[in-house]
Amino acid sequence: MNNSFLRVSIWVYLVIFFLYLLGPLVIMSVTAFNSSAFPRMTPWECLTFQWFGELFQDQRILNGIKNSLIIGAGTVVLSVAMGLAGALMLTQIWPKLRATYYTIIIAPILIPGVVLGISTLVFWDRINRMLGLGADSFLSNGIFLTVIGQSTFIASYCMLVLVARLQRYDVALTEAALDLGATHAQAFRKILLPFMRPAIASAAVLAFLASFENYNTTTFTFGEYPTLTIELAQKVRYGITPAISALAFIIVALTVFFALLNEAKLKRQELVAAARKSATVEELAGKVKLPSLFAGNMAAVLLVVFAVATITVVGTATAYNPGQCIANVKEQKRLEAEQRIQELRKQREEQRKKREAEEAEQGGAQQSTPKPSNNSGFGNVFAPNTLGGDAEEESSDTETPPSNNGGFGGVFDPNSLQTDQ
Amino acid sequence: MSAGVGVDLENLWIRFGDFVAVRDANVNINGGDFFSFLGPSGCGKTTILRAVSGFLEPSEGKVLIGGKDMRGIGPNKRPTALIFQNLALFPLMKVWENITFSLEISGASAKERRKRADELLDMIALPDQGDKLPSELSGGQRQRVAIARALCAEPDVLLLDEPLSALDLKLRQHMRTELREIQKRVGITFIYITHDQGEALTMSDNIAVMRAGVIDQIADGKTIYNDPNTAFAASFVGENNVFRGKIKQIMGNEALISTNRSGELVARISTANQGKLAVGDDAMMFIRPEAFAIASDGASGDHFVTARVNHEEFEGNVFNIFTEGDGGKEIKVSLPNLGQSFDDHTGQNITLEYETRNAVLVPAGELAAE
Repeated sequence: MNNSFLRVSIWVYLVIFFLYLLGPLVIMSVTAFNSSAFPRMTPWECLTFQWFGELFQDQRILNGIKNSLIIGAGTVVLSVAMGLAGALMLTQIWPKLRATYYTIIIAPILIPGVVLGISTLVFWDRINRMLGLGADSFLSNGIFLTVIGQSTFIASYCMLVLVARLQRYDVALTEAALDLGATHAQAFRKILLPFMRPAIASAAVLAFLASFENYNTTTFTFGEYPTLTIELAQKVRYGITPAISALAFIIVALTVFFALLNEAKLKRQELVAAARKSATVEELAGKVKLPSLFAGNMAAVLLVVFAVATITVVGTATAYNPGQCIANVKEQKRLEAEQRIQELRKQREEQRKKREAEEAEQGGAQQSTPKPSNNSGFGNVFAPNTLGGDAEEESSDTETPPSNNGGFGGVFDPNSLQTDQ
Repeated sequence: MSAGVGVDLENLWIRFGDFVAVRDANVNINGGDFFSFLGPSGCGKTTILRAVSGFLEPSEGKVLIGGKDMRGIGPNKRPTALIFQNLALFPLMKVWENITFSLEISGASAKERRKRADELLDMIALPDQGDKLPSELSGGQRQRVAIARALCAEPDVLLLDEPLSALDLKLRQHMRTELREIQKRVGITFIYITHDQGEALTMSDNIAVMRAGVIDQIADGKTIYNDPNTAFAASFVGENNVFRGKIKQIMGNEALISTNRSGELVARISTANQGKLAVGDDAMMFIRPEAFAIASDGASGDHFVTARVNHEEFEGNVFNIFTEGDGGKEIKVSLPNLGQSFDDHTGQNITLEYETRNAVLVPAGELAAE
């Protein structure tokens, strides 16, 4: 009883948790396929792929992606190299200094990105001037500054990832290599680097993602090379379109794809290792038949499903033409808009009539008083009514009644009530 | 067997800050010998090995390999190969790549390497295992791969740092004979580090017994066991019963000592201490458990010990009697099981007899920790 209640509440909690996590992504992804000009899920108008097309025609976004990729690559190289150096240093340094060194090298993570951005800008500008270089020199180049600026703290992340692996490294392995005649460089390249490879790959992915999504440091350093995040932020200032949803959808899809790919690969390695372990000597010598990619590999199956779905969607997108639907929606919108305009007009008419009736009532009592609204110091010279005569005003009034073509035949019009009497 | 390359340590001192790890070591290791450093953990034997292999520069003194001073020569330039305590096989390389790592460094082709690997795999009786990863081998197999990897570098001296300590007892005993055989086959100098006196005694041509950075004795196994130089060597190698006392009289190579609780006993002065001990010196007499025999009751003299039996145990090949001893330590007596009947002596006094040549006298000194 109690147990089942607990189980149900865990499921409820899980559902809420995943809704909280993934709900916004799902909604945003859906808006990328709605033809509505503003990113929204309801009302659903037409299935469309036009926002993807628009996205790839937006030169600023494309340029931003290009810059982000260049800067990401630069940051990966610089951060992983610095992180590895820092991690190696941490294991080599005199033990008493280790805590201090660790604090110093971790500090950039705790410093706000804004501060790092400003200081990078100021520092390299100073260097630039000291060297007597112009404003267009390499040192004031946006890409250079952004890579340097981002690497200041991304290198620390990389170091943390690398240190975790390095702590499991047995220094005796390097010593064994040296003992067998290797130079220090050979021992590093042939023994330590291969051992660190998985961690280096993780650090590189982490560094790239951190660089790609960075805004607050980059915003100071990008110069003439705005990254994607900078471009998006500038675009959002002028209102957003579903093209941005389309971009987000692509990023989500790529993330899922690579996550599945990685998972499938890991699972396969695991399976291969298990197969090797149970294989006999003869099987190994005869290149044992390893399990195929899909056997017992859920991630690989999902990956294939995902790839097929992608191909289907892209195929549909090229063949599908939402033109008719969009035309229908446009027509419907036009009608709706017209109706709304008419309703507005009607409302205005009603108000005018009401006012006239009131004025007529009050008119008997105080006819000599001028119009109370025009009490400005300019004596009504700017009032449009003073230009035209009373006759014009009257003619416009007479024009309005025919527009009362609402569905209800003007039954709610107070004027009609009066005339009937 | 080729003569092999000898190793000499001359006045070797190694210090870490204030701590002296090795104190004035002088060792001559003949080419082609199986030489062991035997001592408890922390006695500096691994430090000596690292100095020989080149990972450590001595603070003072010299390491000579083949008569050549090795100062300033790095581990990758010395004609030595080290087998690490944890073996340090490269986990990401296959067995054959591990074995031929030294050939890869010298730029041999993959085909050459494969061929050499297969030869060595045959030698260590692991044919067709070259494509496995080290993690897929058993402990004893890994052990042999580590040896093959070291031999592939064709060193003049092979250094082994307690390589058998991680193996279980059966495998350890098997690997002892195997190591000894490999050494005889390749004919190079082996320097072996161990804290297991059984390993040292069974395999070595010569043994150096070490205590806290000092080498107490260098000799072959029989001499170390039968004629120890110091109290430490006597108590560390094998089981031994100690009798503390003062020297009362010296008669050539024999001495009479008045022990603290067993009266006056006669002993043979160990070879290295002959002429160095004087009447009145504190001394220790050592008698092995198996050197005692039970004497008839009431016998007395300078080679009889009478003591009360605390407890007895039957071990299969021997019958052990533990009696009250000197300084809270029990005297252990091991009687070989030759099918005779053993009486239960617990709680009784018995008289033990020994022959003078089996009682060794050394100056009083530090005993090995139990």
